[in-house]
Amino acid sequence: MSASAPAWMGRPGPAVRAAKAVALTVVVALVIFPLWTVLATSLASPQNVIENGGWVIWPEEFSFGAYAEILQGGIITRALLVSAGITLVGTALSLTCTIGLAYTLSRPQVYGGKPMLLLVLFTFLFPPGMVPLFLVVQSAGLVDQYAALILPFLVNVFNLVVMRGFFQSIPQELLDAARMDGAGELAILRKVVLPLSKAVIAVIGLFYAVAYWNRFFEAIIYFNDQTKWPIGTVLRQYVTGGASLAETSGELATASPQSVQMAVVMLATLPIVCVYPFLQRYFAKGVLTGALKA
Amino acid sequence: MTRVRRGAGGTSPPTEKTQDPPAGGGPRTGRLQRIRADRVLLLLAVPGLLYFLVFHYGALSGNVLAFQDYIPFLGVSGSEWVGLSHFERMFGDPAFWNAVKNTLIIAALQLVFFFPAPLALALLLHSIVGDTLRRFVQSVVYLPHFLSWVIVIALFQQMLGGAGVVNGWLSDLGAGQISIIGNPDAYGPLVVAQLIWKECGWATIIFLAALSQVDEQQYEAAALDGAGWGRRLWHVTLPAIRPVIVLLLVLRLGEFLSIGFEQFFLQRQSVGPETGEVLETFVYFTGFAGGDFGYAAAVGLFKGVIGVVLIYTANKVAHRLGEQGVYKA
Repeated sequence: MSASAPAWMGRPGPAVRAAKAVALTVVVALVIFPLWTVLATSLASPQNVIENGGWVIWPEEFSFGAYAEILQGGIITRALLVSAGITLVGTALSLTCTIGLAYTLSRPQVYGGKPMLLLVLFTFLFPPGMVPLFLVVQSAGLVDQYAALILPFLVNVFNLVVMRGFFQSIPQELLDAARMDGAGELAILRKVVLPLSKAVIAVIGLFYAVAYWNRFFEAIIYFNDQTKWPIGTVLRQYVTGGASLAETSGELATASPQSVQMAVVMLATLPIVCVYPFLQRYFAKGVLTGALKA
Repeated sequence: MTRVRRGAGGTSPPTEKTQDPPAGGGPRTGRLQRIRADRVLLLLAVPGLLYFLVFHYGALSGNVLAFQDYIPFLGVSGSEWVGLSHFERMFGDPAFWNAVKNTLIIAALQLVFFFPAPLALALLLHSIVGDTLRRFVQSVVYLPHFLSWVIVIALFQQMLGGAGVVNGWLSDLGAGQISIIGNPDAYGPLVVAQLIWKECGWATIIFLAALSQVDEQQYEAAALDGAGWGRRLWHVTLPAIRPVIVLLLVLRLGEFLSIGFEQFFLQRQSVGPETGEVLETFVYFTGFAGGDFGYAAAVGLFKGVIGVVLIYTANKVAHRLGEQGVYKA
């Protein structure tokens, strides 16, 4: 390690290095430990959880009872499917619309480019209020429709600006060359621009997917039908809204209520934790830092 | 002036290029030609633009509710106009002022405690020499950004709640219990701690980018002059990234009132409206829970307008400081 360090950095004294190591350990532990106890509690047997006062750090007796309980086809299984569907459909639609608009806005001197850009950027300044947005959703007939969790959030201005910035950074000569070969705008987008933009599309896709997966509040105001709730809204009901799972799903013989609650938290977290490492490497590629500075 | 795109998708016959309409050809033919030439691009933009028109500009016009005694059954067209009476009521409403007070308190706490946290963490991360270790720590601290507020609050309850992990440890040690969750006195520090846990790591990205731009020769020179790491930090690092810090601070001040909604919506009940009500939860609970849509829209509009003024001013200041604002409009 010291070999790769530039000489001028020197080697800080042992006190400084120890302080740094402690600080880093604390930071990492503060993030990991809460998630760890949730996982451990969700996997512990009922007796284990009760004896330990409602949570465990290391399960002495493993049990998948909590997961079996909530995945056997009740409200949570349904909510997970709803969230998965909204996330998949929503991310695909959002990416399509964002790429289309971003590409058009990235072309210099496209007809009406400047007014279109201003129209979009102004919305950054004045986001729609909760009540007026509800009126639009209502008058569009989206109440109790899954589309109400997608359409009002279809294009995110920040994501659009990042995408446009990336498209603009693609060398103009490449596009001109394709145009010389007689390729139309659509072909250029598909064969030249998109293959060069995999990293930015992956990152923006992650942003959209996470936003869709995590959305919970809108279902409370847009849905009267609680069986259509996504996982976030159900989770809120059980974990932070004070409702107990035991009351709704009857006798919980195979798992303690705490384990069930923590299993729900785990299931809501898991997809993000699983996708995250695959996309993490793109963060380093400067896709974001360049965009954030813009 | 008309501009012909080079071989624009083969949509216009090549002869048109040479027969470019003379300057007196009128702007209409020019415009039609340009639309025709760009028609694929324009079609690509339609779905996105439609979204902004309907869900942003459509919603913007829904703010007329603020001037109506809105009754859902009658709709916007059938409801009675009441002028500025909602705003008059707002200024005399102690519940509104309570929400303003709580919003300002939390915004101030965020500014003082959340704003510097990512800078400190970024300095720590930047000082890690090993690439693998740094990447690992970065991955860990970015993760909470992607968790929803529901999960973050569930984690905090699990750790700090009455039956939580920390209180379990304290009782094992025979010490007294701490009351944080649901305690109005601890609410401000709690919500800021939650924000730091969730967003501090992610917010380091921009500082790390700035730190990587610092001229290495300056460190070298400082080190040769015998400056220790503390003095290098103070005399080289911080001055070098000062423009970024100032810009972010100015922009943060522009969004001073945007303290977030979901986090406060989820926890308002646990401490009660006296401490837990902020402007946006006030809009929700008056409008959606109380059914008083016109009044709620008025409060929302009021906050929106103040927000625009703040952001606009902040950008003007940022430009004055010679930095590029985020909103280029």
